[in-house]
Amino acid sequence: MARQIGEVILDLRNISLRFGGVKALSDISFDVREHEIRAIIGPNGAGKSSMLNVINGVYRPQEGEIIFHGEHRRDMNTHAAAAAGIARTFQNIALFKGMSVLDNLMAGRNLKMKSHFIQHALWWGPAKREELENRKKVEEVIDFLEIEHIRKTPVGRLPYGLQKRVELGRALAAEPKMLLLDEPMAGMNVEEKQDMCRFILDVNDQFGTTIVLIEHDMGVVMDISDRVVVLDYGRKIGDGVPDEVKNNPEVISAYLGTQH
Amino acid sequence: MGFFFEVLIGGLLSGIMYSLVALGFVLIYKASGVLNFAQGAMVYFAALAVVGFMEKGAPLWLAIILAFVVMTLFGIATEKFVLRKMVNQPPIALFMATIGLAFFVEGLAPLLFGNSVRPLDLGLVDEPIPAILESFNIVVSRFDLTAAGLAAVLVVVLALFFQYTRVGRALRAVADDHQAALSIGIPLQHIWALVWTVAGFVALVSGLLWGSRNGVQYALTFTALKALPVLILGGFTSVPGAIVGGLIIGASEKLAEIYIPPVMQSVFEGNFGGIEGWFPYVMALLFLLVRPEGLFGEKHIDRV
Repeated sequence: MARQIGEVILDLRNISLRFGGVKALSDISFDVREHEIRAIIGPNGAGKSSMLNVINGVYRPQEGEIIFHGEHRRDMNTHAAAAAGIARTFQNIALFKGMSVLDNLMAGRNLKMKSHFIQHALWWGPAKREELENRKKVEEVIDFLEIEHIRKTPVGRLPYGLQKRVELGRALAAEPKMLLLDEPMAGMNVEEKQDMCRFILDVNDQFGTTIVLIEHDMGVVMDISDRVVVLDYGRKIGDGVPDEVKNNPEVISAYLGTQH
Repeated sequence: MGFFFEVLIGGLLSGIMYSLVALGFVLIYKASGVLNFAQGAMVYFAALAVVGFMEKGAPLWLAIILAFVVMTLFGIATEKFVLRKMVNQPPIALFMATIGLAFFVEGLAPLLFGNSVRPLDLGLVDEPIPAILESFNIVVSRFDLTAAGLAAVLVVVLALFFQYTRVGRALRAVADDHQAALSIGIPLQHIWALVWTVAGFVALVSGLLWGSRNGVQYALTFTALKALPVLILGGFTSVPGAIVGGLIIGASEKLAEIYIPPVMQSVFEGNFGGIEGWFPYVMALLFLLVRPEGLFGEKHIDRV
């Protein structure tokens, strides 16, 4: 069944972000459509991670506008982003290393759980039911990512590739509408990359989750993404379907250097 | 044999008092991954607030409630003015901030409530319980027993809270990784304000008990030092660990104080009193060599 790429759900307009005198992003606009896989690429230091940080509210841009699901905002904040259904993973894995895989995923459902903490403390009535319901959802994610065997293992003990997968799991546990993946395949071997690719495509396909990802492996990017935006030194230099971007002279020169 | 048990029970009960102070450390450590250097100062501040309000004419119960309000405001203010600037900073930066906070509180408290040494009467008498004295011929202090009971209740509630609640899981998550916690929508600010308030409450309870035992004075800040060996034994991240650690430290220091000096004296000449002053630290030191994460602490494995 082919996925239906829908309307624009995230629209970033004229985003500029500065750290003191350093311009991390200047005047960047692009949009993300529902159900699509949107890649952000560019050389190191181009501002890709900053862009994700703007989308989920870690950074507040000095200028610009973010429209998510029709809601106009000057900037995001992390809580609002999570509540609106944006989940993410990080370039350098950010997991709760002392906690088990299961607890990490349960933490990912933090916002789905509403009962009062006193009810929780007493393991009473609605709190108990809620914990069990959420546990069921988490088990589904665990099945999906094929990590049943490490469910109770503290995350810090897992090898790198599995940690990356658990991090994806924590993001999925929140049943996000939009998933931001910051270099999900960095440092992986070919086999792990293939697994991760499959998971990303499956998530997109089965749950209809919109995906924004940063990735350096051009083969992967051109293979799985619907549209690609290219950043260089905080500016946007290309935007379009993979073939378009591949043949864009500015993009080629950013990656390979210009002829002098 | 009766005497041995008397020393043991006395030690266990006074150990609970150490556990109480250690508990305050554990709470903050769990939620921010730092040792709160200001915990001793908070104990002092809370106890001083209680006697301060009583001097202004408030009855004990009201003074305690007011002191709790003060500690709550203190917790919220700490989050707002100190911790909020420290999000995503390395733990050492947070630790340094708590040192600054300790000095600030140690200065502020006497400024608000006066600095003379004052007694604090909780209506608990430090006397043997007659029933136990009669049937077992063992002296067990009523005060110690009540303190132990209070501590036990606090510990059970807090342990359940951390292990089984959503907020507890959020707390552990925040301690582990700020950025990741933010990304799943945990409101860091609320969590920190909450945990500092709870730590303030624990400081209040220990301030009340220690203050009523030793008098409310600056030396209360040093109770924090007694909590360190307890934390090393029990593990910095474990609520039950703080309790077991306290019990072990309390019992062993009292037993050492009674039973080691005669042995030492028979071997070497001289006077060997005051062993309980340093014994816990030596134990902690030895313990660090064997099990650095403590009895109940989380074992972190770093990949090289």
